[in-house]
Amino acid sequence: MSTAMPETIPYDEALNLFEPVFGLEVHVEMGTNSKMFCPCPTAFGGEPNTQVCPVCLGLPGSMPVVNRTAVESTIRIGLALNCTIAEWCRFARKNYFYPDMPKDYQISQYDEPLCSNGYLDVTVATAEGPKVVRVEIERVHMEEDTGKLTHTGGATGRIHGADYSLVDYNRAGIPLIEIVTKPVAGAGHLVADVAKAYVAELRDLMRALEVSDVRMEEGSLRCDVNLSLNKPGSPMGTRSETKNVNSLRSVERAVRSEVERQSALLTAGGRVVQETRHFHEDIGRSTSGRSKEQAEDYRYFPEPDLVPIAPSPAWIDELRATLPELPSAKRSRLEAKWGITPFELATVVNAGALDLVEETIAAGVESAAARKWWTGELLRTANDQGIELADLPVTPAQIARVEALVADGSLNDKLARQVFEGIIAGEGDVDEVIASRGLAVVSDDTSLLAAIDEALLAQPDVADKIRSGKVQAAGAIVGAVMKSTRGQADAAKVRALLLDRLGVTEA
Amino acid sequence: MAVMGADLTRQTAVVLAEAIRTGEATAVGVTQAHLDRIDSVDERVHAFLHVDTEAALDAARNVDAKRSAGEALGPLAGVPLALKDILTMRGVPTTCGSRMLENWRPPYDSSVVERLRAADIVILGKTNMDEFAMGSSTEHSAYGPTRNPWDLERIPGGSGGGSAAALAAFEAPLAIGTDTGGSIRQPAAVTGTVGVKPTYGGVPRYGLVALASSLDQAGPCARTVMDTALLHSVIAGYDPRDSTSINAPVPDVVAAAGKADVRGMRIGIVTELNGEGYQAGVAQRFRESLAILEHLGAEIVEVGCPSFEYALGAYYLILPSEASSNLARFDGMRYGLRVGDDGTHSVEQVMSLTREAGFGAEVKRRIMLGTYALSSGYYDAYYGSAQKVRTLIMRDFASAFESVDVLVSPTAPTTAFKIGEKVDDPLAMYLNDIATIPVNLAGNAAMSLPVGLAPEDGLPVGFQIMAPPMADDRLYLVGAALESALHDKWGHLLIEEVPAL
Repeated sequence: MSTAMPETIPYDEALNLFEPVFGLEVHVEMGTNSKMFCPCPTAFGGEPNTQVCPVCLGLPGSMPVVNRTAVESTIRIGLALNCTIAEWCRFARKNYFYPDMPKDYQISQYDEPLCSNGYLDVTVATAEGPKVVRVEIERVHMEEDTGKLTHTGGATGRIHGADYSLVDYNRAGIPLIEIVTKPVAGAGHLVADVAKAYVAELRDLMRALEVSDVRMEEGSLRCDVNLSLNKPGSPMGTRSETKNVNSLRSVERAVRSEVERQSALLTAGGRVVQETRHFHEDIGRSTSGRSKEQAEDYRYFPEPDLVPIAPSPAWIDELRATLPELPSAKRSRLEAKWGITPFELATVVNAGALDLVEETIAAGVESAAARKWWTGELLRTANDQGIELADLPVTPAQIARVEALVADGSLNDKLARQVFEGIIAGEGDVDEVIASRGLAVVSDDTSLLAAIDEALLAQPDVADKIRSGKVQAAGAIVGAVMKSTRGQADAAKVRALLLDRLGVTEA
Repeated sequence: MAVMGADLTRQTAVVLAEAIRTGEATAVGVTQAHLDRIDSVDERVHAFLHVDTEAALDAARNVDAKRSAGEALGPLAGVPLALKDILTMRGVPTTCGSRMLENWRPPYDSSVVERLRAADIVILGKTNMDEFAMGSSTEHSAYGPTRNPWDLERIPGGSGGGSAAALAAFEAPLAIGTDTGGSIRQPAAVTGTVGVKPTYGGVPRYGLVALASSLDQAGPCARTVMDTALLHSVIAGYDPRDSTSINAPVPDVVAAAGKADVRGMRIGIVTELNGEGYQAGVAQRFRESLAILEHLGAEIVEVGCPSFEYALGAYYLILPSEASSNLARFDGMRYGLRVGDDGTHSVEQVMSLTREAGFGAEVKRRIMLGTYALSSGYYDAYYGSAQKVRTLIMRDFASAFESVDVLVSPTAPTTAFKIGEKVDDPLAMYLNDIATIPVNLAGNAAMSLPVGLAPEDGLPVGFQIMAPPMADDRLYLVGAALESALHDKWGHLLIEEVPAL
């Protein structure tokens, strides 16, 4: 092979040459209070090895007992993903040795998943407008998480080369849902967008179902991205599996970088090796892990310590009745109701503000104002503080109160922002902040005129310009007045008074 | 009943419990007598791996205090018991007969131990066994073999040879065993004691270190059918911590043992377990027992169970498969033995060195068999086919129980063989369990009780009774009737004939 061979081919160029096929395996930690097979708590962040018992430590003689809530959550996810729910299914043991696995086998499901054959429609933006792509679901099943290894020493942070490793079994046995797609072909240049949109849609679905809070930064949603390329008209190519893809942005980047890498290999006459690759968040690329040419033999067999799960039709109906309005339906409804475009709604969704905006509108605020507050000023504050929007101490009712005060002229936009600043700083409710900070629009003409005269005196050249008909220069005086009134004036009113004072009319 | 002045170790549990209740004996006295007996004979028998002297005396003192305080005592309160070393007991060594767990002290009680404690039974200690319950002779214990009190040169059966020998050596009147393919019944047969494998799911497995999860079952062992029934009723019943345990009322085994009546019962001889391959004396005592049962009013018929022919083959695929997975956790990472952790070996190497050093040959043999049987490409031919055989065996049982109340067979093909005789011949060893294995595969209940000595070697012969799932009481109806008739014939229990140690 030529040494000049490029390591990558740019994404769009690559997709002019090849057709991509991708598949995603998504693991989501369920938000149950207790673990999959024992009563230990699942709370994140506990001292290492404090949320453990003989069962999740796999001590000799211990036995698993299935968490009913986890089964219910899985069935609800299956129903929301339009899956068939198995009439009868079993857990299976996946056998392999690794120090983060207390039993050296993982209780999972193998050839009898609880849910199978569903789909999820996702919307991606294209130059021609929004496009709906159907992602078919192969299966949804339950399994237990492993413990968490921390490798100390060595350059890579991986087990090889480490001086020693620490294991925290708090995570061992936390219920996981695994959602596996069928191979998705035909996405072409949209492949990275479709993959990302699918994971985002899945995340919203989990949140709507309240089966997981999907905090990606805590690793509660993890993706494996399978991808292959083939020449148009040729059979599917050899796939790679990229692990450790743990954010929406990473899903997109993992797909892009793999398209770019595989296309370069194939174009140079090389071949794609079937392997596991590890995605590195910091550099946005993956590196080769272990080769899967010799597939690991997990020696699956039905878990003999558990009895089969046979959900009755009545139970399934009961769970179906608990399904909330699903995110896609909710979006269509809100677009129509609020009279906004899918793009505008996407801004709200991406800010995590859907419910907040909806509640704010319900509290009597105009759609545009409600969206402006939550996706603007408040989102910035939340991001600055590194918290979720919903965790800000601002309520839809408070926004309604502020908006009412703006409408009657008691507050202006700048003062309104100071009100929220005060609320977030814990200074009390809307009216308390206004009172304690002395926030009120100065609407008394006499004091405003005094301030205008003062500003005109300070900037006689500007005053002359305005008098000579250069109305656009009025901004400097209005600004000075706003400053001297500490923002507590209505800028439009100041401007009107100023022009009137100078006997100038708007052009 | 007068036990005053009598040897407390020669009594039944029923007699001891009564004496403690009435104040004729104290629990401490009874416990001390058994501890003394262990002291004087266990060096030769080696039934125990660990004797928990202080805890046993504490438990006994607690019983005596309860009695002094006027509290009601349960039917086995204060009676000593020998516990197979495969059931966890908080803070007490639980080795499973393996180097792998030599210093492991579990932080929790098994369900069985919880129930024994709640019944105020005094646990004397932990008994020897084939490593991880793999074997029929206790020769595969990492801590040396247990010897048969009837002849110290012979095996006491296995894997629960320690529990059976403790009973036959009068070191304890009660014992707990576990039975995966006959590990309660075959030791009972070769030591002249009684042992019951309850219906699968009848006694919770929580805290029973798993050999083969779908076959393992803990059960009661004693020297009489009634003592066995009383212990059975203590340990049986649903426990939500074992998903495979049965949530239904426990059959009234104590009432059945008291009734001891076979009149009008139909008893089936299994054709496939009644042919060649049985030692002459074993076959003879079996036939005599049938004649007694017929005389007592039962109808004896012959029933075919054609799939039993494949039971041994299926068993030696299912058991190793499950065992290979169940024993994976012994990797030196969290507890038990760790070898090679000297800074020069990787995690993988430490796991491998630990397993190489910690497991004996028989355990390794079965792990390899099971790993192979579950491998991709072989699963259907081995594990898959074995599960089909299992279904056929269940159907054979189900169809047999349509026409008979219980099935019977000799428990083991021979009396106790000599130590060392079969240890290098795994197939010969496996054949010991030919008559006991079908019950484990089908999940139903079975008992072995002593029915005499084989004339040719003077060693005990066991008689097996098999009942449908959750009809464990039928074992006791038939077993108690037969025991009583034999007692009348001999004027004593067979165990009274065991030579003095």
